[in-house]
Amino acid sequence: MNIPPLAAGSAEPAPAHPLPFLPLPTAGAQGVGALTRAVPAPIKFVLNWGRRYSLWVFNFGLACCAIEFIATSMSRHDFIRLGVIPFAPGPRQADLMVVSGTVTDKMAPAVRRLYEQMPEPKYVISFGACSNCGGPYWDSYCVTKGVDQIVPVDVYVPGCPPRPEALLHGILTLQQKIARESLGDRYAAAGPRPIRSVPAAALQRPLLRADPVGEEPDDG
Amino acid sequence: MEKTAVGSLSQLTVGVGAGDMATADMVLNIGPQHPATHGVLRIALTLDGERIVRAQPIIGYMHRGAEKLFEARDYRQILVLANRHDWLSAFSNELGVAMAVERMLGLEVPARAIWARTLLAELNRVLNHLMFLGAYPLEMGAITPIFYAFTEREVLQAVMEEISGGRVHYMFNRIGGLKEDLPAGWLDRVDDAIAAVRRRLPDFDRLIRGNEIFQARTRGVGVLAAETVLAYGASGPVARASGVDFDLRRDEPYLAYAELDVPVVTRSDGDCYARFEVLLDQVAASLGLAGTCAQRLRDLPPGPINVRLPKIVKAPEGETYTWTENPLGINGYYLVSRGERTPWRLKLRTASFSNIQVLGELLPGCLVPDMVAILGSMFFVVGDIDK
Repeated sequence: MNIPPLAAGSAEPAPAHPLPFLPLPTAGAQGVGALTRAVPAPIKFVLNWGRRYSLWVFNFGLACCAIEFIATSMSRHDFIRLGVIPFAPGPRQADLMVVSGTVTDKMAPAVRRLYEQMPEPKYVISFGACSNCGGPYWDSYCVTKGVDQIVPVDVYVPGCPPRPEALLHGILTLQQKIARESLGDRYAAAGPRPIRSVPAAALQRPLLRADPVGEEPDDG
Repeated sequence: MEKTAVGSLSQLTVGVGAGDMATADMVLNIGPQHPATHGVLRIALTLDGERIVRAQPIIGYMHRGAEKLFEARDYRQILVLANRHDWLSAFSNELGVAMAVERMLGLEVPARAIWARTLLAELNRVLNHLMFLGAYPLEMGAITPIFYAFTEREVLQAVMEEISGGRVHYMFNRIGGLKEDLPAGWLDRVDDAIAAVRRRLPDFDRLIRGNEIFQARTRGVGVLAAETVLAYGASGPVARASGVDFDLRRDEPYLAYAELDVPVVTRSDGDCYARFEVLLDQVAASLGLAGTCAQRLRDLPPGPINVRLPKIVKAPEGETYTWTENPLGINGYYLVSRGERTPWRLKLRTASFSNIQVLGELLPGCLVPDMVAILGSMFFVVGDIDK
C-alpha cells in the first residue's frame, strides 16, 4: 500500500483530521436490515432472539485482558452458557469482536482491518481500561487512546483487567441491546455513527515522516 | 533485510509453466493477529516449499512505551506499569522494581515482607507456568489440558485475590515491603491451594507428558544448543531445557532464596519437549518452595510487613541494576536516578525479548507446522517483548 508521505514542510500540508465525522464504510450494510423493517414484530423478535444467543466471538486478544477473556471462556465462568461461542476461526465467521487489551498505534490498522472483515451485523465489546480509553497508558506516545477511535464500540467493560464476571455482565448488556434493536433502524439511518472515522491509510501514516529506507512492509 | 524479504514477494510466479523454472521464495506472514502466536507477535517466514528458509520476528505491536512512562511517574506509581508488561508474572515484575528502589534508598525490608514476597513470587510462578502448560498443548491441537490448567489457576488466583484484591495485576508490593499484613487464616488457604494444584499435576503428566502425539510433535523439534542460548542471552526455562544450569534464585539469591534449597530443573535435550518438561517440573518445585515459605511465615514472630516512608520518595542520585529470576527468565532493572521523585531512566531487560531472538536461529530448516510447536515452546509474553 502506498502511504502518502507526510513530509515536514511539504507544499500541501495534510489536513489535521481527515474527514472528522463520516459514517463507517460498511460494505453492503445498506442491504442488511432492509427486509427486517418490513417484517412483523414477532418475526423480528425471533430474529433478534436467535442473534443474541449465538454470538460467535472473535477474541482480539492483545494484552493482559486477554488472559481474563480466556478465563471467562473456561469452565469456571463459561460464557458458552450465555450463547457466546469462542470457536470462530477468524473474523470472517464472527459476529462479535472482543477487543481485550491495549491497542497500540502500530496495531490499530490491523484491528480496523479485521473489524472490516467481519460480516454484518457485527458487534464490538471493548474489554478493559486500555481499549476503552488507553487506561494506565493514557499518556503514552504509542497507545491508541481507546479502540472506539477506530471501530464503533457497543459495550464498554471497565476494569484493569475486568473480572470475568464483568465480561459476563458486558455480554448480557450486549444481548439486551440486541434484543431491543431493529437492524432496519441500525442501518437505515446511515447517519453519522458515533465514531471518528479515519481512513485506514491515515492510520498507517508514519508519525513524523515517511522513511524511504526503513519502511515497514504492509500487513500481508 | 526486511525490505528484501518482502520485496521478493513480487518475484513469485504462480501456476504451471508460469515464468521460468527457477523457484522464487515465498514470504509467509504470520501475525500480528494469529491464533498460533498467542499474542501479537508477527513473524515473516521465507519459505522454500514447506520448509522455512528464514524467519524474522517483527516486534513492536504491543509497544506501550512503559520505559518512557516510568520517567513521568513517581516511584510508587511505577509499580502500576511495571507489573503490566509481563501480564502473567505481575508480582515478580513489581518485585524487581521495588527491589531496585529499595537498594537505591538503602532500605532494610522486614523479614515478614521478605518471606511473604518469596511465597507470592513462587505462587505467581506457578500461575504463569500453568498458563503455558495449558496453552501449549492447545496450540498443538490438544484442547483439554487448558481447562485443567485454568481450574487450578482459579484456585491460586482466589488466594492471590484474597490478599491483594487483584486477579492478574496484584499491586501488592510497596517500596519497603508489602501493602498489608497477611489476613488471618490466609496461610492455611495457601496450603489448601498448593495441595489442590499438586493433586492435579499427575493428571498433566498423564495427559500430556506421556502423550504419543504430543511427543511426536515436540521431541527433537526445535533443538536449541547451549551455545546459542548463551550467545543470545536466553534465560529461564528455555535456557535450562538446553542444559544451561543457571538460576538466579540459587546462583545469586535475592529475597529469602538464600535460605531455601532451590531445586533447579534442567534438561539437556534442548527440544520443545524438554522445554515443556522443565516447565512442568518447575511447577512441582515451586509448589514445594511456596509450601516451605508458608511454613516459615507461620514460625516468624509478628512484626511489621513494610517500612514507613515519607510521602514523597526520592531515590538518591546514582544508578543500580537489579535482576530477578522471573518465571520466564531473567528480568533486569537498570535504574538511574538524579535525586528526583521520578527516575531518570528505568531500563527493563526482559526475558521474552532475549528469548524470542533465538527464533531467527531456531526456525530456519523447520517445517511450517513445527513453527507452531517451537513458537509455543519459547514461552513468551508479547508485552514482555515489546514493553
